Amino acid sequence: MKRILLSLLLAFGLAGTAAASEGGVAWDKFPPAKLTDMAALQNGAKLFANYCLNCHAASYMRYNRLRDIGLTEDEIKANLMFATDKVGATMNVALDPKQAKDWFGATPPDLSVIARSRAGTGGSGADYLYTYLRTYYRDETKATGWNNLAFPSVGMPHALWELQGQRGAKYVEVADPHDPQKKIHRFDGFEQLTPGKLTPLQYDEAVGDLVAYLQWMSEPAQGQRVRIGVWVLMFLAVFTVIAWRLNAAYWKDVK
Amino acid sequence: MAEFKEAPANASTTTKVMTWVENRFPTAFDAYRVHMSEYYAPKNFNFWYFFGSLAMLVLVIQIVTGIFLVMHYKPDASLAFASVEYIMRDVPGGWIIRYMHSTGASAFFIVVYLHMFRGLLYGSYRKPRELVWIFGCAIFLCLMAEAFMGYLLPWGQMSYWGAQVIVNLFAAVPFVGPDLALLIRGDYVVSDATLNRFFSFHVIAVPLVLLGLVVAHIFALHDVGSNNPDGVEIKAKKDASGRPLDGIPFHPYYTVHDIYGVSVFLMVFTAILFFAPEFGGYFLEYNNFIPADPLKTPPHIAPVWYFTPFYSMLRAITTEMMYVLIACVLLGAVLGVLKAKAGMLVKGAILVGAVLLVAAMLATDAKFWGVVVMGGAVIILFFLPWLDHSPVKSIRYRPDWHKYMYAVFVFVFAVLAYLGTQPPSPVGERVSQVGTLFYFGFFLLMPWWSRLGEFKPVPDRVTFAAH
Repeated sequence: MKRILLSLLLAFGLAGTAAASEGGVAWDKFPPAKLTDMAALQNGAKLFANYCLNCHAASYMRYNRLRDIGLTEDEIKANLMFATDKVGATMNVALDPKQAKDWFGATPPDLSVIARSRAGTGGSGADYLYTYLRTYYRDETKATGWNNLAFPSVGMPHALWELQGQRGAKYVEVADPHDPQKKIHRFDGFEQLTPGKLTPLQYDEAVGDLVAYLQWMSEPAQGQRVRIGVWVLMFLAVFTVIAWRLNAAYWKDVK
Repeated sequence: MAEFKEAPANASTTTKVMTWVENRFPTAFDAYRVHMSEYYAPKNFNFWYFFGSLAMLVLVIQIVTGIFLVMHYKPDASLAFASVEYIMRDVPGGWIIRYMHSTGASAFFIVVYLHMFRGLLYGSYRKPRELVWIFGCAIFLCLMAEAFMGYLLPWGQMSYWGAQVIVNLFAAVPFVGPDLALLIRGDYVVSDATLNRFFSFHVIAVPLVLLGLVVAHIFALHDVGSNNPDGVEIKAKKDASGRPLDGIPFHPYYTVHDIYGVSVFLMVFTAILFFAPEFGGYFLEYNNFIPADPLKTPPHIAPVWYFTPFYSMLRAITTEMMYVLIACVLLGAVLGVLKAKAGMLVKGAILVGAVLLVAAMLATDAKFWGVVVMGGAVIILFFLPWLDHSPVKSIRYRPDWHKYMYAVFVFVFAVLAYLGTQPPSPVGERVSQVGTLFYFGFFLLMPWWSRLGEFKPVPDRVTFAAH
């Protein structure tokens, strides 16, 4: 019995380490404070409407839902709606999916719930997007001229390149720790090729805002959910005490 | 017909109205007495006895939230995914209803697994409660069907490919397999036809069967009476009026007790619902937020957590593992021939049966036997009342090493569940094979091991300390 237990434990441990060592670039942590920062969310919405919504739709998301992040309908109409004049419409794009497939090799996915779908063992979906949008680099071997560390051989070119500027990736040859005969091609930092409109620090902030928006859009009720949840739990805590005492009162006669 | 009652002239209006109704509908009043106010339950129920009523609560949550979801959901391959997001965004309160339903699905399995484990601990399936247990196992089977078909409805990648993988398993059945899979899908791949029939089953057919079985489960239980942590029959000691000495009326004692249990359960349930509805990707899988794409297989297809122990057992049955299973069958047959107190004819039949089984095992693909093992892991539970030969019901009076046996069983089940969520790996495969052998060994060898060891004396009356 003990031996079985021990071998199981051992195998369990081994399986754990095997799972931990897979995967590509480690995801950076998305700053979660931005999720409750209205200014960040609004800036994210602006970036989203200007840079993403040309090719990607968010077809489950209605423009007027942006009121939840503190915008008025007039502000939404004036600044964020380029494809429609109905504020209750969903965020669709005019891009023909067939052409998109010819240009990029894949239809740009709908972004309504993209932040929820990209979570994994490496972190939350927001962590992934925050890493992904900050690890583009120039790669002339690709059709679009761009490649990405978090999503190797990505079909999408760097949509935010104006802001970030163009960067190259430096690689070094190092000995493979498992096999000294072999060399591995290891990433060794980016180099700025042309400057962008934003400094690297401002760029990280902007991407943080955009990802905060994407995260919020993936579940617009998430803030409300947590707020209601606090009240529900407080009510249940009180109710549990009452139920506990009520139970004790009834069970007094059971000898 | 029951006797016509007459309320006294000076009785309150309530009494008069109740008497009027009782005279015209005595069945309801009898049922109330039989199942509530005069159903005598043992007074020594412990923590483990909350999960029956909690399963009932979750069933009600699922039915009520399900009714509201059906009002907005579209069972159509081109609209289903969008209609779920519509519920999450545009339907007032839709997200809360949907999260209650999705959290409820997992909660149902947690509660039912604990409820079943309680039965295992205290021998609640032993005579005279065999049928209660069998109805319960049938409920569990229905619940699995219900969960599996419900999981297709959001029409995400995991919904789609999970259904594809599981339905394809049926194709491994010799001769009729491919036709059977076709019949289930209604198409050559999982498609709109599949979605529609799964919707119909999930919303109407299976819940009807489930409700019928729940009624049978409770009626059968109330006929034979509840077991308790001591495994003592309370009906053996009655007072002058025929009430069990250790029994207390279900209402109000256990209703008020269960309200307490419900409030604690709801704290956990709502904490998950409001603060972590995805529960780290276990209750709502991340991949399922990508709409189903029949042309794009996800790199790693994992069923939802409550199916993973059985999924691990399915994956454990490789061609290599078949030789181990064949060895087990032959060993079992030899033991049967040597040990069984039966005539030559029976022994001959055992040998011939074993040889035929081995021949079938060699002739058929391991995948099919994987399906048999996965199904068998659930079906074997039905036979538990006849596998357990221990002289006492409750774990309390069994030898200590039996407790470790159950602990290892739980551990193995948890390990299998974990491995089922992971991508296949050589180490994981070996561990799940050992786990599968243990799982089946635990049950199949139970007639032997459950009799072994020093059993403790069982008291005449239940052990109970007043609160």
